[in-house]
This record gives sequence, structure tokens and C-alpha cells, in this order.
Amino acid sequence: MPEPLPTRDPTQPSSAPGDPAAAPAIEEAQLLRPRSTAEIFFVFNRLALQGFGGVIAVAQRELVERQRWLTREQFVELLSVGQMLPGPNVVNLSLMFGDRHFGWRGAVAALAGMLAVPLVIVLLLASVYGRFDHLPAVQGAMRGMLAVAAGMMLATAIKLLPTLRGNALGLPLCLAFAAASAVLVAVWHWPLAAVVLGLGTVSVGAAWTRLRP
Amino acid sequence: MSHADLLAVFGHFLLWSLLAVGGAISAVPDMHRYLVLERGWMSEADFASSVALAQAAPGPNLLFVAVLGWKLAGPVGAFATMTGMLLPSTLLTLYATRWAHTHRDTRGVRAFTTGMVPLTLGLLAATGWLLGEPLLAHVGAWVLIAGSAIAMRTTRVSPVWLVGVGAVAGGMGYA
Repeated sequence: MPEPLPTRDPTQPSSAPGDPAAAPAIEEAQLLRPRSTAEIFFVFNRLALQGFGGVIAVAQRELVERQRWLTREQFVELLSVGQMLPGPNVVNLSLMFGDRHFGWRGAVAALAGMLAVPLVIVLLLASVYGRFDHLPAVQGAMRGMLAVAAGMMLATAIKLLPTLRGNALGLPLCLAFAAASAVLVAVWHWPLAAVVLGLGTVSVGAAWTRLRP
Repeated sequence: MSHADLLAVFGHFLLWSLLAVGGAISAVPDMHRYLVLERGWMSEADFASSVALAQAAPGPNLLFVAVLGWKLAGPVGAFATMTGMLLPSTLLTLYATRWAHTHRDTRGVRAFTTGMVPLTLGLLAATGWLLGEPLLAHVGAWVLIAGSAIAMRTTRVSPVWLVGVGAVAGGMGYA
């Protein structure tokens, strides 16, 4: 059943409360667009400032669930391309997203939003951290924040799993490739480039044969 | 640090920008080799705390690159490492994605995105695991990891609050 297009109110969560899991499954037709480069800057700035221990979990929540600028499928696709290209994947994602909407001006706005304020914060921290890093409470707080970042990252991976359903590789093969890449990196400590180029070639090859016209 | 040294640092970061497939963090071992072992420009402890600090601060993990530059040569150093790290990959990304977007319906580009998506999800899970693994000796960390994963999955609470809870719990010795 088609949902009415949402009226835009960025201060409100984009779905009914109490039904968070069902909310993100939006269709392409229901997507909104950023209105200006300034809006891109502020949204990317907001998501970067929430991103402790990595930005991907927050980017998924902001861009897909809150702003409705991307479907889950589009988000994973952009992240995949960003992963494959050199450079940080979220930075690449910002560049691609901004470029797609406002050309190079959008790309610069997204990149600046993602980096400018966090850069100032991290350098301020760097200049004072040395005086406090021996305190057990500071070390403990760092560990606590890292634990939460780990949990959020795992939750994001699980949340994005349904995007594999429409994949031309078929669900079993998709899960096998996902599991293999996770084990190679996390357990066997393969370099990322080797996994992306090696296993990536196999999975892209498999996709190529299945997409035969 | 002399101008020649600074230029050498800039040049190395230009190179790492293009080598760091999957994120700046994947170039960390090589940065360590060059900056700490080969040149002796910074100590082991300085290097490790730069990476850890950027993990705990808000924003992309890439910012550890700025902290490294800052420790090498202050603001000029941070500018050199950040522009070095961003310039080549940014230009390549814009060029490559524009090309891919105009050819997005061709079989090659579709096979590429179709094939890479499962790996991306696997790598997300691996990153979560690698962040959490060193903490698993402590029961409190298990609770924080599981609790934040469940909260992220089932509620719409802002991640900032979760991180705040983690910082407070850890600061009181529970992680």
C-alpha cells in the first residue's frame, strides 16, 4: 500500500515512533532531495559530529532514515563504490552524494561539512590530550566509547542486510561473500586491499555471469 | 622539521591517498613504518595515541592523519598531511564516479556494484569486530557493545547519547 509523501520537517523522526525497524524501507519515489549546498553542508556536519569511532552508522541513520535522501540500497551502493576507490569510504560517499546533486560545489559542501568542524575539535583534543591520557578515568572513557562504536557498527551491518534480497547474486551467495570478507579481515587480518581486490574480483565476476543479458 | 622533510611527508601522504583502498586506516601500518621506524620523527606512543584519539573524537577516522601532521610540524604539518591524503583520492573519486554514473546501466558497472555490496556489509561487520575485540577481556565492554547494538537497532535514540553512556560507564571503570 503506498504511503503518502512525507511533509518535510527535519526536527521530527521520519516515521511513527515505536516502529523503527519498519521505517527505513522507503522506495525511490518517496525520496527527498537536498535543497541547497548549504543544506548538504549542515547535514553532513551534523552527522560527522555525531560520529564517534566512525561515521558510517550515523550516516546511514541520517541520510536514509532521517533526511530520506537515499534508499538503503542506494546507500550501500555508494558505500561499496566508496570502499573500492582509494580514500576513506565515508569521505568518498560524501563527495559522490554532493557531486550528484550540485556538481563540484555539492561535493565541496559535503566534504567540508564532513571534515571542517571535526578537524578543529580533533586538533584541540590532540593539543590537550597528552596531559590527561595517563588518568585511568580518561582511558576508561575511551574504551567505553570504542565499545559503543563497535556495537553501532555491528547494528548497521545487520540493519543493511535486507538490501541483499534484491541482489542478482542471490541471497546464499551474497551471505557467503559477506561472511568470507568479514572473516578474512577480522579473523585472519588480511590487508583490506587484498580482500577488496581478490574476493571482490570473484564476486564481481560472479555478478557479471548472472547479469548476462 | 625542515622544508625538505615536510615536502617528503606531503609526498608520502599523496601516495598513501591512492594506496589506501578501503579507508585511510588501511595505510596505518605503512605510515608507522615510515614515520616511526624509518625516520624516527615520532615515538611509538605518539603514533598510537594519534590513531586512538581520532577514533574517540567525532568525525571520520581519517582525521588521525591531521593529528599525525600536527605532531610532526604543528598547523603546517596538519595541512600538509590532510591535503596530501585528500587531494588524489578526491579527484579520482569524482572522475571515476561521474564516469560510472553515465555508464550505470552497462553490464560491467552493474556487475561491479552488485558484486561489491555483500563485501561492503562483511567489511562493516569486520570493522565493528576489530573495534570491539581488544575490549572483550572486560564484561562491561560486552554489555556496552551488545546494548548499543540493540539500542541502535530497535530505538531511534541519537548515537551521541549512546556514546555518552559509553564514556561515562568507561570513565567509572565499567569497560
